[in-house]
Amino acid sequence: MTQEHIVKSFDEDLKHIETLIIEMGGFVEKHISESATALARRDTELAAFIIKGDKRIDALEAEVDQAVVRILAQRQPMAQDLRAVVVAPKIASNLERIGDYAKNIAKRTSVLAKAQPIGSSAATIKRMCVMVQDMVKDVLEAYVSRNEAMADDVRRRDEEVDQMHNTLFRELLTYMMEDPRAISPCMHLLFISKNVERMGDHTTSIAEQVHYMVSGEIFDEERPKSDTTSTTFIEPDAAE
Amino acid sequence: MSAYALQEADNEVMAAAKPETEPLIAARNVNVFYGDKQALFDICLDVPEKQVTSLIGPSGCGKTTFLRCLNRMNDLIDICRVTGDITIGGKNIYDPDVDVVALRAQVGMVFQKPNPFPKSIFENVAYGLRINGLAGSKGELKDSVERSLKQAGLIDEVYDRLEAPGTSLSGGQQQRLCIARAIAVEPKVILMDEPCSALDPIATARIEELIDTLREKFTIIIVTHSMQQAARVSQQTAFFHLGYLVEYGATDTIFTAPSDERTESYITGRIG
Repeated sequence: MTQEHIVKSFDEDLKHIETLIIEMGGFVEKHISESATALARRDTELAAFIIKGDKRIDALEAEVDQAVVRILAQRQPMAQDLRAVVVAPKIASNLERIGDYAKNIAKRTSVLAKAQPIGSSAATIKRMCVMVQDMVKDVLEAYVSRNEAMADDVRRRDEEVDQMHNTLFRELLTYMMEDPRAISPCMHLLFISKNVERMGDHTTSIAEQVHYMVSGEIFDEERPKSDTTSTTFIEPDAAE
Repeated sequence: MSAYALQEADNEVMAAAKPETEPLIAARNVNVFYGDKQALFDICLDVPEKQVTSLIGPSGCGKTTFLRCLNRMNDLIDICRVTGDITIGGKNIYDPDVDVVALRAQVGMVFQKPNPFPKSIFENVAYGLRINGLAGSKGELKDSVERSLKQAGLIDEVYDRLEAPGTSLSGGQQQRLCIARAIAVEPKVILMDEPCSALDPIATARIEELIDTLREKFTIIIVTHSMQQAARVSQQTAFFHLGYLVEYGATDTIFTAPSDERTESYITGRIG
């Protein structure tokens, strides 16, 4: 933001929306990290804590929506202000979805805590979560500092998350083929992996919103997508 | 960057945003002086036909001065001097052979404060037709007056009191009467200088709705201090600042992602 508004309270209103989003982002980052930790440590108490905490994120999203409606009605923002206001509910909605995925990981953790560990899958998921958490942190940094290049970089990084999901997908299928008793935990782990992959997608969507907010241009370049699991088929023989 | 270089860059902006249709009005290097003081600097602007073009900018930026150049209203000010070319439909309106009265019939004007003549509603609209020799028979005149009032969206409110004084109408109705008076002589262009600034929101909405229908037949240029109004009614927007045309382009672009920082500062309400 280059200069202050003549009407000071307009700056405060915009700042308020930004603060709400940062606060939401802080909780979301924490939940991503904690959901991976709870999974790796089979910590059902932490998992329950995450599930409960998701309500705060939902409440903040509602607050962003209300603040946006109010600012539209009162200020009729233009140009960069208009863009900052219209991207806010979209960013909040993406953050809320990421929070939901973390909550879902926490729910599955309580089931997985009772089952045998499946190879190094929990560690792989932890690595994926660290990656997504960093992306969320950076995209919010890009949002606050109006840094288009940083947002674009986050968008590119999603490809790595997709690739890890592909690897884990194959790995878990193989476990399931080897031992039917592994199917239940593997299915849960697969959903968790998909959850993290979707978190990455929502983060890139935020990056696109930041890009638009800063530049005024809608990202028209095709996003690099590497999640190939929708078309992956593994012959049962291949597992032997 | 020198003022001239800035203006050059601005002209490139204008060229990039040039509308697809042939412009009806073309201003080239228009400079306006009030005595020693220069009010407009090298304005180059193409106005497309049958569209609404809004002129925005802070007070004293030259937007009204530019508007008044388009029907030579500035001729009425002794110390005012205009250089450069302004063509309307290919004809330079500053050529010595131009009949200024005929020009002003072709380029009508609606002012900030409604200014009906102290005559009846009927006579207000009939006046221009009469002085321009377009009145025809009594029946034809009546038809023309009623058609103009209809086009101005006023007929339903006044059909049973056409002989009442124009000044007996409400502010919004008076403004629509002035629009009816302007369009009665079938101009090509209607210039509007803050036509809604003295009106309440309902009357403003009526005028805006009217502007939207009038652009089917007329080319409209409107000076407005309301950014929201410019965004609502116009297809092209020009931003003036300190006598320069800073940015000109599609209204959608100007209000969502302007390319010049001065435009950005102005339309977002920042000190610029």
